[in-house]
Amino acid sequence: MQLTEIRVAGFGGQGVILSAIVLGKAASIYQGAFATMTQNFGPEARGGACSAQLILSDSPVLYPYVTRPDILVVMSQEAYTRFVPELKEGGTLIVEEDLVRVSDLNRGVRVYGVPATRIAEELGKRMVLNAVMVGFFTAITHLLDAEAVRKAVADSVPPSFRELNLKAFERGFEYGNNALTGKPTALELENEHTYSQEYSDSC
Amino acid sequence: MKADPRGVLTGVHFIDGDHACCEGALAAGARFAAGYPITPSTEVVERFAARVPTVGGTFIQMEDELAASITLQGAVWGGAKAFTVTSGPGFSLMMEHIGYAAMTETPCVFVDVQRGGPSTGLPTLPAQADMMQARWGSHGDYEIIALCPNSPQECFDLTIKAFNLAEEFRVPVMFMMDEVVGHMTEKVVIPPADEIEVTPRRHTHKAVEDYLPYQTNGDMVPEMAHAGEGYRFHVTGLTHDERGYPNMTPQTQDKLVRRLQNKVRAATDRIAMFEEEQLEGADVVVVSYGITSRVAQRAIDVARERGMRVGKLRLITAWPFPENKIRELAAEVKAFVVPELNLGQMVREVERAADGRAKTYPVSHAGGGVHNPEEILRVIVEASRCR
Repeated sequence: MQLTEIRVAGFGGQGVILSAIVLGKAASIYQGAFATMTQNFGPEARGGACSAQLILSDSPVLYPYVTRPDILVVMSQEAYTRFVPELKEGGTLIVEEDLVRVSDLNRGVRVYGVPATRIAEELGKRMVLNAVMVGFFTAITHLLDAEAVRKAVADSVPPSFRELNLKAFERGFEYGNNALTGKPTALELENEHTYSQEYSDSC
Repeated sequence: MKADPRGVLTGVHFIDGDHACCEGALAAGARFAAGYPITPSTEVVERFAARVPTVGGTFIQMEDELAASITLQGAVWGGAKAFTVTSGPGFSLMMEHIGYAAMTETPCVFVDVQRGGPSTGLPTLPAQADMMQARWGSHGDYEIIALCPNSPQECFDLTIKAFNLAEEFRVPVMFMMDEVVGHMTEKVVIPPADEIEVTPRRHTHKAVEDYLPYQTNGDMVPEMAHAGEGYRFHVTGLTHDERGYPNMTPQTQDKLVRRLQNKVRAATDRIAMFEEEQLEGADVVVVSYGITSRVAQRAIDVARERGMRVGKLRLITAWPFPENKIRELAAEVKAFVVPELNLGQMVREVERAADGRAKTYPVSHAGGGVHNPEEILRVIVEASRCR
């Protein structure tokens, strides 16, 4: 794995930090690569924007911060506005498509969207939207072995939520694979519906 | 002796430097901490407070840093291995009791997760500007040991080392982290307990009637007895004789204070830990520590790609300063480049040890972030052209 800079951003309560932990764990513990994760600390970590920086590589990571992300994962409009300018030319943008409106974007960026929150709600718990995002990320980026990520998901959540999170991962993974092959997804076949939700938890 | 398995969370983890430091303390046998939590060190004691009751220990959140830094010393004299954790503003308040630990030869560990200063400064952002304070912050002449980890793995490994050195030399050991290392999450491997070596207390083997608390037996470090064991002892910050009783003469002062210094100074080369790379034939050696050593590595790699002969010396032990190493190198290289997240602290030590035989170039940074590797590279280029 080439050195890959990733930023995951959203707002408090979406499990932004945990998504980065799962991906970092998958790479460094279950796949023999190296991962360094840092999170933004400061007043913005309460309620508002929340972001994690993750660097994956085949060799030890030296510089600890993301400068120009190769991959940007955003789960809120605020995070999109704030972080999209730093995305590398030709990079990959992954969005929670119900929460983020993508605009003013070119620079050869590839955009992939997933209604992660809606999928999580279908599974019965909005909380697992991050596991859906992680599954989607795994399918789209091909950076990590799906099996390594499954293991990381399983040991990063409380035992009582393990099965649900793994299910959420599979739904996101499947959605990502379908997006890549151009197959219509179950949700695309349904009627569009508007969605909005309040989040109040902290990061 | 081997670590107590109850405190060792054997396995492969993905945790930050603060949590790794806590696990290192538990593995080293720490069963007491007193603290006044402060960003960016809070996670260390947050985890310790949750973990230590499960292995039969105690965490007390004190009313302030003065109380924390003296309470832990009470625990040590009661027989525990103990530490406290803080950041700049709290470290300043602890200075009085660091001197007390040095004077009374209380083995203990002070963790300082450095943030931007002076004063309240930058609570959530990094600096390495407490390095001189760690060495000289309390009044009077004394020596301490200070270690600088540059990854969560080292936060684990070197916290154990810090406790071991504290016991071996009966000194307060300063564990000088920085905000980046503290809040950075990486893989941390915690080995089985029987692979972790811990240094036991220098407990006296003497009979009660033969024991003198500050009598040394040839190696400059006296043996301890614990409260409640029946030994007669007296612990005071006043200048004291072998019995531990105050003795206000220049002779006793001279004997005591020189010993406090020499027990560490004489062992400087043995305590010194550093990581070195391509020092042979180098024109320029980059001397760094903590998070800055990782940032500097990028600059070193680019400089080598451009054909410059650049060596790396990463200080793991900052104090006692490994001056012999710098002195030897100074005779062979053109210059030292010293990047650090302060406006010039350890660079002064490098300059002192180099003693004019090699030039010394600081790469200062006021803190709040890390260097841009380009800044370090620019100074490496400048240094390689000197003379």
